[in-house]
Amino acid sequence: MALTEQEILAGIGKIINEITGIPASEVSPEKSFVDDLDIDSLSMVEIAVAAQDEFGVEIPDEQLKHLKTVKDVINFIQN
Amino acid sequence: MKVQQGAPGARILAFGHYQPSNVVTNDDLSATMETNDEWIQSRVGIKERRIAPATESEIDLAVQAGGKAVAASGLAVSDIDLVIVATCTLETQIPNAAARVATRLGIDAPGAFDVNTACSGFCYALAVANDAVRAGSATHVLVVGTEKLSQWIDWTDRATAVIFADGAGAAVVGPSDTPGIGPVVWGSAGDKSEAIMIKDRDSFLSQEGQTVFRWATTTLHPVAREICERAGVDPADLAAFVPHQANLRIIEAIARKIGAENAVIAKDIVLAGNTSAASVPLALSRMIERGEVQSGGLALLLGFGAGLTYAGQVIEIP
Repeated sequence: MALTEQEILAGIGKIINEITGIPASEVSPEKSFVDDLDIDSLSMVEIAVAAQDEFGVEIPDEQLKHLKTVKDVINFIQN
Repeated sequence: MKVQQGAPGARILAFGHYQPSNVVTNDDLSATMETNDEWIQSRVGIKERRIAPATESEIDLAVQAGGKAVAASGLAVSDIDLVIVATCTLETQIPNAAARVATRLGIDAPGAFDVNTACSGFCYALAVANDAVRAGSATHVLVVGTEKLSQWIDWTDRATAVIFADGAGAAVVGPSDTPGIGPVVWGSAGDKSEAIMIKDRDSFLSQEGQTVFRWATTTLHPVAREICERAGVDPADLAAFVPHQANLRIIEAIARKIGAENAVIAKDIVLAGNTSAASVPLALSRMIERGEVQSGGLALLLGFGAGLTYAGQVIEIP
């Protein structure tokens, strides 16, 4: 059964918290990783790897640079 | 045909290291390119690095480190019958480094060859040295990792200029009744050969940072655990974990995943930069010099880098 947006958001928030220490409550769909959350390119790789383990969806490096916001990642995982 | 008998085991008798005296800080770099101390420290963990002057070659660095290792081993140079140099930054392809290093050290006519697996080079060379002593092909081996990366760096490219540096580390391997060097685990990923490369003779070193970071943080901790298993060593019993000093965040990511909770983690990159094949022996030799690790303790060595290639083994600290 496909995960809801809320479920994916909660999972991403937990991952981001574990990797960067940013509170999961600050991770909302409209936030930009670079501009709002101050997450750098190497942390994005760590988040992508953790998301693959969590959701079973591979996010290759060439896709990663197009995923600017939390919502972009949710959409990628849902589709 | 006759065959020769080797030693029951081999061990590292001594380490030695050498760094150029010229310190280059992050502030020095930010004076000539668009970068800053905070960015460099947060991305790669480096505070400063050593860069050799034009008058000091990768051979000079190797001779200094190799000479210190031989002196510390208590052997005479005439005892050394094989010299292996791990390097990927020679100025020219011919002649090799090992024969020149041997001659400069006064080692008379040893077997002499280079190994180029870039940043994993020292661990590959150490594995070959271990096998040579155990097979009887050599008695005492000088293994040197030496790099002058500065001569292959575009000093206007902040993606690489802030990371790479110069230095050398060396070890002397000799026969032993009990093993002091565990089984090597080595491998490669040639499908990612373009992730770190010097494209041609007119090019500088380039690196796809995210590709390398992903590979290193997902592929290598199982390798580290396999190295321990093959040596029959519980990671909790390691006194030191000495991975290639690629990037502090890679080092910490691997260290978190291998369960070496009692080990000192080598973080030599902070003051030495990424010195490719030199980084593992340079880091461990400096840890020994500072008294951070004790003789007889077990250290997990793990080299990884361009190729992509990796290799590692558990060793007993001399």
